[in-house]
Amino acid sequence: MSQWIKITALEEIPVLGSRVIEMDTVNIAVFRGKEDKIFAIKDQCPHKQGPLSQGIMHGDSVTCPLHNWKISLVSGEALGADEGCTNVYETKVEDGTIYLKN
Amino acid sequence: MSLSTKQNLVLVGNGMAGMRTIEELIKLEPTKYNIIVFGDEPYGNYNRIMLSPVLANEKTLEEVMLNDDNWYQKNNVNFEKGKKIAEIDRIHKKVIAEDGTEQSYDKLLIATGSKSFMLPLPGVDKEGVIGFRDVKDVDIMVESAKKYKKAVVIGGGLLGLEAANGLMKQGMNVTVVHINDFLMERQLDKAAATMLQKSLEEKGMKFLMSHASDEILGEQRVTGLSFQNGTIIETDLLVMAVGIKPNLELAKTSGIHCERGIVVNDALQTFDPSIYAIGECVQHRGNVYGLVAPLFEQAKVAANHLAELGYGRYEGTVTSTMLKVTGISLFSAGDFHGDEDTEELLFTDFASGTYKKLILRDNVIVGACLYGDTIDGSWYFQLMKDGTNISDFRDSILFGQAHLGDAGHGDETRIVAMADNAEICGCNGVCKSEIVNAITEKKLFTLDDVRAHTKASASCGSCTGLVESLLAHTIGGDYSQAPSKKSLCGCTELTHEEVRTGIRKLGLKDHDDVRKSLNWKTEDGCAVCRQATNYYLLCEIPGYNDPESRFINERAHGNIQKDGTYSVVPRMFGGMCTPNDLRAIADVADKFKVPEMKVTGGQRIDMFGIKKEDLPAVWKDLGEAGFVSGHAYGKAMRTCKTCIGDSWCRMGTQDSTSLGVKLEELTWGSWMPHKYKLAVSGCPRNCAEATIKDFGVVCVDSGYEIHVGGNGGIKVRVTDFLVKLDTEEEVLEYCAAFSQFYREDAHYLERTAPWIERVGLDKIKAAVLDDEVNRKALYDRFIISQKPAQIDPWKKHADGADANQFKSIKIVATA
Ligand code: SRM
Ligand SMILES: Cc1cc2nc3c(=O)[nH]c(=O)nc-3n(C[C@H](O)[C@H](O)[C@H](O)COP(=O)(O)OP(=O)(O)OC[C@H]3O[C@@H](n4cnc5c(N)ncnc54)[C@H](O)[C@@H]3O)c2cc1C
Ligand code: SF4
Ligand code: FES
Repeated sequence: MSQWIKITALEEIPVLGSRVIEMDTVNIAVFRGKEDKIFAIKDQCPHKQGPLSQGIMHGDSVTCPLHNWKISLVSGEALGADEGCTNVYETKVEDGTIYLKN
Repeated sequence: MSLSTKQNLVLVGNGMAGMRTIEELIKLEPTKYNIIVFGDEPYGNYNRIMLSPVLANEKTLEEVMLNDDNWYQKNNVNFEKGKKIAEIDRIHKKVIAEDGTEQSYDKLLIATGSKSFMLPLPGVDKEGVIGFRDVKDVDIMVESAKKYKKAVVIGGGLLGLEAANGLMKQGMNVTVVHINDFLMERQLDKAAATMLQKSLEEKGMKFLMSHASDEILGEQRVTGLSFQNGTIIETDLLVMAVGIKPNLELAKTSGIHCERGIVVNDALQTFDPSIYAIGECVQHRGNVYGLVAPLFEQAKVAANHLAELGYGRYEGTVTSTMLKVTGISLFSAGDFHGDEDTEELLFTDFASGTYKKLILRDNVIVGACLYGDTIDGSWYFQLMKDGTNISDFRDSILFGQAHLGDAGHGDETRIVAMADNAEICGCNGVCKSEIVNAITEKKLFTLDDVRAHTKASASCGSCTGLVESLLAHTIGGDYSQAPSKKSLCGCTELTHEEVRTGIRKLGLKDHDDVRKSLNWKTEDGCAVCRQATNYYLLCEIPGYNDPESRFINERAHGNIQKDGTYSVVPRMFGGMCTPNDLRAIADVADKFKVPEMKVTGGQRIDMFGIKKEDLPAVWKDLGEAGFVSGHAYGKAMRTCKTCIGDSWCRMGTQDSTSLGVKLEELTWGSWMPHKYKLAVSGCPRNCAEATIKDFGVVCVDSGYEIHVGGNGGIKVRVTDFLVKLDTEEEVLEYCAAFSQFYREDAHYLERTAPWIERVGLDKIKAAVLDDEVNRKALYDRFIISQKPAQIDPWKKHADGADANQFKSIKIVATA
C-alpha cells in the first residue's frame, strides 16, 4: 500500500545537493535540482553500492563518488556505457514540504 | 511530405566527414532538423580507412560499417541510398539527383570527399585500371586476384603500399612503381624509407624505383605498362595510387567559390551562408586535408554551428601518419626534414630495424619520423602540439617516455607483441583482448570511447599510452590521436586555458556566471567541469567555495572509503609529535571506537572507518588537543616530510626538521590544482625523499638545494634542480612563489610533474628565478590567498558550520 510520507522542508536540502533519508529498510538520497526539482533515489550505486547521496549532482543525474558512474535520477539507470539500475521514488512538494511515495 | 515546421538539413556525400557531422549534431540537437542524406555509393557509411585491412583479408566489410541502414532508421535520418546529386539549385534552395529526385533544403552540407587521381596516361580507360578509394575498387581487386596473377601499383606512398600489401595477401605478385628514388617521401626521410623498402621486399613486394610511367598497354584489358626509359612490365591489374582529387564539380557548377577545394571559413561555411562544406573536398586557410583526424575536428565545429550554438571554431590541424601494413610500424608528423635553423636528434640501429628522428627548433619538437619502434609516436606528437620545451630531458627523449620512469609498465613497450590476456589496466583489470574486442565490436574511435566502454585507463591513467597505441594498432590510421585542442569536458568546447582566461578577463564571479558567459552546453555542467571551475574560481577569488561543486572528500573534509565511512588524518607538522599529541589521538580512537589506525606514508596517523555523522565530534576533540586538518583528502598541500637533520643525525648539515615545520606552517591549507607534497632532507643522503616531491629541499653544508616537479606516485619522476639558496628565509620565499605560480598556471588535476613536462622548466625559471619582482609578487599573492585558507575547516564544522551535511533525516515508518 503506497502512501505519501512527509520528509522535510525544502530549504533543508541545498540546491544541487542532497540529504540522506534513513528509512526502516533502506537509505534514500533526496536531491534538489535547479528550480527546486526534487529527486529521490536509493542511496546505493548499482556498481558497488557507493553512496550516491555523496556524489556531485548535475541536471537530472548524479556522478557516484566512488568510481564516477553517472546515474539518472529520473530512472535510476546508469548512463553512458555503464549498465545497471537502482530504485527511484516518486516525490512531491507542497507548501515547501517534501513528500515521498512509499 | 511531412507537415512539420522543422528545417531541412540535406547532406550530400554519405562518407566519413559528413556522417560524423550528423552524429555530432544529433548529440547536440537530436530533433532540430529533418535530416536527409544523399550518398552515391550503395551502402551506409563505412570506415573508408579500413578498406586496406579489408583488402588484406584482416577485416570484413561488415566489420567496418559505421552507420548501417538500421542506424539511419533509428535516428530518423532519411537516407537516399545510391543517389548521386547532379545539381544544386541555390535560388530555389533544392538539390536535384541524377535520377530526378528533388529535395529542398534550409541548410545544405556538402561532404563529397575526393576521388583517386588517375594519371592522364594513354590507355587509362582500359579494363583493369583502377584507383583505390571505395568498396567497388576493393571488389575489383579481390575479383582480379581470383583470375589473374600479376599486379602493378603506381605510387609508393601510403595508399599505394597498403594496396600492394593487400593484393599480395590476395595472392598476387605485386610490383610497386615509384617516380622517386625512395618511398613515401612526403612522410619519411630517405633513411627510414630505405628500411621500410627492405622490410617490404622481405615480405615479397617488388619495386621499380625512379620509374616514370609512359603508356598503359593492352587491347580491351590492361596487359602491361611501359616507362619513359623504354622498358616494359607485364601486368593484369593496374592500381593507381598517386594522389587524390577533391570532388568539386557539384560545388563549382552551382557557383560556390572553389580553389583547390571548396573554400570555407572557420565555421566550415562556404560563400553561400546556408551551405556548409566539410571533409576532403574543402579548403580551409589554404589547406586541404586527406586524413580523418582533421575531418573529425571539422565535424565537431560544423555540428556546433548547425545546432546554432555558434561558438565552435576550426583553426586547422597538425596531422601525423601511420602505415597500416601489419608487421610494419612507422610514424611521422610535422616537418621531419628540418632546415638550417633546426637541430636533429637521431637514433639508428639498422640491425634491429629501428630508426628515430626528431627535429627540434629551439628545443621544441617540430617534426618526428619513427620506424620500427613507434610506441612513443603519440607522446612526441603531443609534445609537438603542446610546443613543450624539452631541454630538460633532451638527453633521454629518444629512449622514450617509459625511460622517464613509469611505476606501472616499465619497459613493456611492444604492445603488438603482448599476449591477448596481458593486463593493460591494473586498476580495473582490463586485458588486451577485451580492449581490442571493444574497439572492433563497438567501433570505438577515441581514447574517451575506450575509457567509457572498457574502463581501461579511466582510473589512474598510467596505462593511457598503452591504450592509445592499442587503439592505433587496432584501427590503424592516426585518428585515435587526441585532437590538437582538448576541451575541458563534454560540457564545453573550451580548453582549461580558455576557461581560466575567461574567468580572469571577464571577472566571472561564480559557477552560473562561468557557464552562462562562456556558453556551456549544459545548465549545471558535470562532475568534471564543476570541480575544475571551482578551483579556477577559488584561485582568482581567495576563499571562494561552492560545496556542491566539490568532490565529496573536499566537502566532508575526509576521505570517503569503499563502505561510505571516512578516514581522518590530523596534521602533524613536519612529522613531529609529542606524547600528548599521541595520547589525544589515542583517546579519540578509543572514544569513537575507531576500527583501524595506521601510520601513513606521509609521516602521520590515519584513523579509518569513521561514520560521517561522527566526523564533527571527532574533529572537535582533535581540535581541542591542538590539531588541524591534514587535508589528506584534498587537491591541496598534503604533507611536508622531514628527516631528523642536524639536531640528532651525525650526518646532518642543517635543521631540516624545523625548516620542514616552517614550510608546512607556511603552506598548509592551500588549495592546489592537485595534491602537493613537500619534503626537507638534512643532507644529500636524502632520507626524506625530497627529490620525488613537488617541492623538495636538500640541505647541504653551504645552504639549501631546491628541487621541483618530483612525483613518487603512478609515474615516478625525479625532481628538476631549480636553484641553490643560502638562507631559510629565501627557501620560504621561493617555496611560496613556486607554489603560487603552479596554482595559477597548471590545469586542474595536473600535478607539478606533468605540468613541468608540459610547459618546460625554463618557463618556471623565468617566472620564479630570473624575475625578482615577479617572484615577490607571486609570494605576496600566495600569502593573501593563505589568509582564508588557513582557517581550519575541521574547527569550522565542529563549531556547527554546515551541520546538515553530516546528519541524515530519520523516518520511522508509520502505519
Ligand atoms: C593513507 C595513504 C597510504 C598509507 O597508508 O600510507 C594514502 C592513501 C591514499 N592515496 Fe596515496 N596515500 C598516502 C601516501 C601516498 C604517497 C607517499 C608519500 O606521500 O610520501 C604517494 C606517492 C608520492 C606522491 O604522491 O608523489 C601516494 C600517491 C598517491 C596517488 C598517485 C599520485 C600521483 O600523482 O601519481 C594517488 C591517486 C591520485 O592522487 O590521483 C593516491 C591516492 C590515495 C587515496 C586518496 C585513494 C583515493 O582516491 O581514495 C588513498 C586514500 C586513503 C584514505 O582514505 O585515507 N595516492 N600516496 C598515505 C597518506 C599520506 C598522508 O599522510 O597524507
Ligand atoms: C584505402 C584508404 C586508406 C586510408 N587510410 C587512412 C588512414 O590510415 N588514416 C587516415 O587518416 N585517413 C586514411 N584515408 C583517408 C580517409 O579515408 C579520408 O580522409 C576520409 O574518408 C575522407 O572523408 P570524406 O567524408 O571527406 O570523404 P569520403 O569518405 O570519400 O566520403 C564522400 C562520400 O560522398 C560521396 N559523394 C561524392 N559526390 C557525391 C554526390 N554528388 N552525390 C552523392 N554522394 C556523393 C562519395 O561516394 C563518398 O561516399 C584512407 C583512404 C583510403 C581510400
Ligand atoms: S592506499 Fe594508495 S596504493 Fe593503497 S590501494 Fe589506496 S590508492 Fe592504492
Ligand atoms: S560504486 Fe558507484 S561508481 Fe562504483
